[in-house]
Amino acid sequence: MRRTFLGAAVFSVAISVAIIVSLIGEAGSFLDKIDFSQFFADGWFPRRGRFQVMALIAHSAIITGVAVVLAVPLGIGSAIYLSEYARSGTRRLLKPALEVLAGVPSVVLGVFALNFITPQLVKRMFSTAETSNLLAAGLGVGILIVPLVASISEDAMRAVPDSLRQAAYGLGAKPWHVSLRVVVPAALSGIVAAIILAVSRAIGETMVVALAAGNAGILSVNPLEGGITLTGAIAALAIGSDQVAGDNAAFQSLFFIGLLLFVMTFVLNIISERVVRRYRQRY
Amino acid sequence: MTTRTVPTTPDLVRAALAGRRFNLVDSLLAGALLLSLLSSLLVLITLLADTVRTALPVFADRGMDFVTSSLSADPAKAGVLQGILGSLALTGFVLMIGFPLGVSAAIYLEEYATDNGFTRFITANVRNLAGVPSVVYGILGLALFVNLLGGLTNGRTVVSGGLTLTVLVLPIMIITTSEALRAVPGTVREASFGVGATKWETIRHHVLPIALPTILTGTVLTVARAFGESAPLLLAGALVTNFFQPSADASVVQLITDERYTALPLVVFNWARQPQEEFVQLTAAAVVVLLVLLLSVNATTILLRDRFEMKALR
Repeated sequence: MRRTFLGAAVFSVAISVAIIVSLIGEAGSFLDKIDFSQFFADGWFPRRGRFQVMALIAHSAIITGVAVVLAVPLGIGSAIYLSEYARSGTRRLLKPALEVLAGVPSVVLGVFALNFITPQLVKRMFSTAETSNLLAAGLGVGILIVPLVASISEDAMRAVPDSLRQAAYGLGAKPWHVSLRVVVPAALSGIVAAIILAVSRAIGETMVVALAAGNAGILSVNPLEGGITLTGAIAALAIGSDQVAGDNAAFQSLFFIGLLLFVMTFVLNIISERVVRRYRQRY
Repeated sequence: MTTRTVPTTPDLVRAALAGRRFNLVDSLLAGALLLSLLSSLLVLITLLADTVRTALPVFADRGMDFVTSSLSADPAKAGVLQGILGSLALTGFVLMIGFPLGVSAAIYLEEYATDNGFTRFITANVRNLAGVPSVVYGILGLALFVNLLGGLTNGRTVVSGGLTLTVLVLPIMIITTSEALRAVPGTVREASFGVGATKWETIRHHVLPIALPTILTGTVLTVARAFGESAPLLLAGALVTNFFQPSADASVVQLITDERYTALPLVVFNWARQPQEEFVQLTAAAVVVLLVLLLSVNATTILLRDRFEMKALR
């Protein structure tokens, strides 16, 4: 039996190797064909042989920024409430509701961003906004990562031992003092890890972005305009993948962007683990 | 991680020390925190309400016809049947291959492996795989299952899509199962070894039955994730079109191994991109079907879990 189980475990390593091998080969041939200066100019139009990767990265960064600005306060606020303030009855009611939100497929949030957030929120507040815009996509991604931030931060806060809270109360601290000055600092490593993971998740989110951010390949730093992102570029290439095949650069650019995404999220995940291990307080 | 064992203690201490005196900062903070929680829930309610409201005319006009019709470029005829069947077939793959593989790997890591460099490497690897964006798994599926192993999978078929989703959910499956196994107290294992059971007998008859309800809960979340997943399928060959028809005389086996396929989330994605006004309603209706199916998948597995829990108690 032991061997069978070992085989299954080793299979997971095989997956990682397969991912890296499948990405690196084609990404390499892409880099061979492309002049490096193209990365910084002329927009992202793979079918016309123009590959401004900087535009993709900038659009991804804007969407991630919007998402994190929305999700971090909401997520951490929810976590503090659930861990420190909610009575057990309230908790039993509200926590599953948050879990339902976590279970909503991203394509559904994409539709919501496109058909609700854009017309009802973004266009009403900013009349100049385009139909596809980075702001709506960012808000959609933000909604998607709120439950992630909330659940990881809450786990971290609930792991803070009660003796700390009792000691603080014993010294005459008020509840807000206990939650903000004692529990949050004690759980800070977990909270920071949650934020980093949220960033990583936001960068890799595809469907919301593919639906709501549009396909504009021109670099734009205005969140009210549309723009194609790293993941959006992969989706756009994939939808047309029947036409794009073999060894042309447009097809191979898909693997290069995939490699970029893989490396970015991999590094972020490693950092978040380091943060937890290094700064975790042991009690 | 330790959890709070006596949740009432802080409440008691708080009540005794702070009394019922009104504290402005405290009330403001509690209110702000509750507001942040409620605003996420408000978004959820808005999402559900807006979707149902938009979808209502479709269901009112066509009823179940929408669920049982095939894809079509004509909004008045278009239905989601092919998407539902495709998604169910994909989920079947995940359950049949991903579940045994994930549980086996977790059993190795938690029950057999010693704490050495190799084990730590595998564990770290699994955690990192869980953080890889799903669209990257799609690229893997395209390169490996559709192109490289195209002879075995027939290229853009349910087999390729199913294998891609299996690989995608495997790390999550391993992590949730590992947590379930870790929660089984060591005393259970010691008692079993003490009466002469072998390692495998201990796992088979004592550890697994106790951990099973938690393992199944993890499986619910994982299967639900696979069911709603769409980005990797864009690359792993699922069709994003308004119309396709498998050859009329195809058997069920051929439908899975030979024919092109689509999945419910991709039907949603495709319709959301259509310019015609009618497709806005159709999109919302497809989202309703998707969410209803997701909830019923969850409910079924939770019922299964409860049955196993009863068995374990007996």
